[in-house]
Amino acid sequence: MTEPAVELDGIWKRFPGVVANAGANLTVRPGTVHAVLGENGAGKTTLMNCLAGVYLPDEGTVKLHGREMRFSSPADALAAGVGMVHQEFRLVPTFTVAENVVLGSAPRVISRPEINRSVAELAERFGFSAEPERPVWQLSMGERQRVEILKALWRDAQVLILDEPTAVLTPQEAEDLGRVLRQMVGEGRSVLFISHKLNEVTAFCDEATVLRGGATVASSVAIADVDSAALAELMVGSSTKSTETDAQRNTEMGDVVLAVDNVSVTDSRGLTAVDGVSFEVRAGEILGIAGVAGNGQRQLTDAIAGLETCRTGSVALMGDDLTSATPRDRFRAGLAYVPEDRLGVGLAPKLPIAENAVMRHYPKMRRGPILLWDRAKEFSAELVSRFEVKVGRVEDRLASLSGGNLQRLLLGRELSSEPSVVVASQPTRGLDVHGVAAIQRLLVEQRDQGTGVLMVSEDLDELLVLADRILVMSEGRVAGKFDPAVASRAEIGAAMAGVS
Amino acid sequence: MIFGGITITEASVIGLIVASLQFATLLYLAALGETIAERAGVLNLGVEGMMAMGAMAGYVGGVASGSPWIGFLVGGLAGALLASVHAVAAVALGADQVVSGLALTILGLGLANFLGDSYTSDTRRSLFKDVDIPGLSDIPWVGETIFSASPITYVAAALGVLTWFVLSRTSIGLGLRAVGESASTADSAGHGVAAIRMTAVVIGGAMAGFSGAFLTLDTVGAWSEGITVGRGWIAVALVIFGAWRPGRVGLGALLFGFTLALERRLQPFGIEFSPILLSMLPYILTVGVLVVISYRARNQPSPTPAGLGIAYRREER
Repeated sequence: MTEPAVELDGIWKRFPGVVANAGANLTVRPGTVHAVLGENGAGKTTLMNCLAGVYLPDEGTVKLHGREMRFSSPADALAAGVGMVHQEFRLVPTFTVAENVVLGSAPRVISRPEINRSVAELAERFGFSAEPERPVWQLSMGERQRVEILKALWRDAQVLILDEPTAVLTPQEAEDLGRVLRQMVGEGRSVLFISHKLNEVTAFCDEATVLRGGATVASSVAIADVDSAALAELMVGSSTKSTETDAQRNTEMGDVVLAVDNVSVTDSRGLTAVDGVSFEVRAGEILGIAGVAGNGQRQLTDAIAGLETCRTGSVALMGDDLTSATPRDRFRAGLAYVPEDRLGVGLAPKLPIAENAVMRHYPKMRRGPILLWDRAKEFSAELVSRFEVKVGRVEDRLASLSGGNLQRLLLGRELSSEPSVVVASQPTRGLDVHGVAAIQRLLVEQRDQGTGVLMVSEDLDELLVLADRILVMSEGRVAGKFDPAVASRAEIGAAMAGVS
Repeated sequence: MIFGGITITEASVIGLIVASLQFATLLYLAALGETIAERAGVLNLGVEGMMAMGAMAGYVGGVASGSPWIGFLVGGLAGALLASVHAVAAVALGADQVVSGLALTILGLGLANFLGDSYTSDTRRSLFKDVDIPGLSDIPWVGETIFSASPITYVAAALGVLTWFVLSRTSIGLGLRAVGESASTADSAGHGVAAIRMTAVVIGGAMAGFSGAFLTLDTVGAWSEGITVGRGWIAVALVIFGAWRPGRVGLGALLFGFTLALERRLQPFGIEFSPILLSMLPYILTVGVLVVISYRARNQPSPTPAGLGIAYRREER
């Protein structure tokens, strides 16, 4: 029997207040695509960071091909043949593809034509198409991911770790990725594929290791021998979960509460991000917007909330044209907004919880220019208990909250003014199972109370369960409208990829 | 020749060109150093202070050793030493770069005045002699100006070419630029961010020191308090004007040098124009360039290094 390519044994990694890995084990055979499965917060990324030299584990051993390793930096790990493609790409946008690929192991004196040629050759060997002289800022997310993979291959990495690689890909690009991974393992390399999406794992991987609560609950399960339901059960624990929130579809739809007509938005680079999008949201429905990240969703919701200017078109709330209204006027008119960027756009991390809670509401809590601090605290305390935000004291810094609690606070703040329209962008992204369920329940409640809900999500399965109608965005345009009751994932996937 | 009250003589034109080249050399040395530091992502607003230290130490070194070359190197060393304060504070300890840089200017000016006090009315001279390039210096006009300039002018030009080559054609330069654009990317690719940044700051300081030494060992020929009169700040502006590229910074140095020379040399031409207004010109040009950059940045990335002014700490959750 051959030596395993990777062997992680009893890995512990603690952070202040959190145990991310509690004695996790992982063994990867050379020449295989190995899935690292688990819910958000199960410790997948931390474990892989221990392998890739980002973190030094507190306890436990890391072995590569039978030899014990101790990496003090990612560069160390890379030199030993472990490359990792993080969810946030580590690329220099102003550099060309070739410059990014060779960075860190470039020849002493660089001849551009020469590195362009060698990078193109490398790409060709693995069945990529790469344009080595193009600057990275011009590339799509999928293309950038390929540059990241090329970086690892340039160093001849024997072990490649991909952290949720398909999150930024269209279904077509994901298939291409699968082909490249096959080619790599065909040469005897190993790939570690971090995911929480079972369908991808069954499509791309040979074996899977499942993590839960920082520990390994199943190691090196052969994908061929196990069905998805069993894997799902391993991921979430005893009872099989389903994302099915009792989302009884509301047949009673009301009037149009939000009308978006022919809206176009230019992004900060001067490119058209949203291109003539029109739709209506009615009272008592959830309109889901599906699509791969970066296809104009962020600019669209920002334009509805008044954070971006519409180049063309109009936005109307309850029949009133608000195209040039300020964000505050829109809020007063009944528009609640949960932005994609919770910390930064939605909430101010360095301010206390109470100040964040009253941020939209303080005009009602003042006498002249003086803020009535008691009223503000009272309001915050109410909000916190009504939306079940777990906090120490409302005077604590917001940054002390976990992801799920942050989102509850944000959603609570937006909902407590009883809006007629809720625009929620990626409201469940990055939350744990309980957090996801709580947020979904709140949105469904809103719908049942007759609020119009616009929900942007990258998670198609979530939209299929929650939304009354689904609209797909691709390259800034509406690429299709679907009824989740009858539409198939394949149809919607094709629209996401821009295939008409 | 007289045109409407403006007198143009050969001597005044040549004088203007020679003065332009001197100012250009002074500005280019300092701006090139600042370019290197900023391309690595470190803003150093201490150029004025490092230049003053270089001016003082360069003069003292030159007088003490009797060799302007040794004085020049001493000036560079003084600038580098002062810059290492910024390197430690702003890079190793992660202090605010603006605050640390401003402190460096104040420190450098004060220290130079204090240490150089006894040399203020010193009349000993150890100066660079202009170099006549054989053959070329006999060409009328051009020969008298460009081909018989200070040796330091040629040194500055050579350093410009060297900087361009290192930045754009070597792995060290690629790493340095990566550090300035995205420190975490460079770190994960195996480039030591702190080491590269500190080295760049120290090299930048040495070049500001060279610039100051050129001032006392060549242009002025003496040391006195406040001799740098804000030239360090013009050098900082010049880096922006030249869009952080050694070549363009060089062209900008010629332009800015020309405006500084005009300020001094308008009188011989019989032109009455306030030199104070003229001395604002480099800054006005720089603001103009900033406007152009921000306008252009709508369609493509700005030439400003993306990591400029941002301290880097490896993420530990």
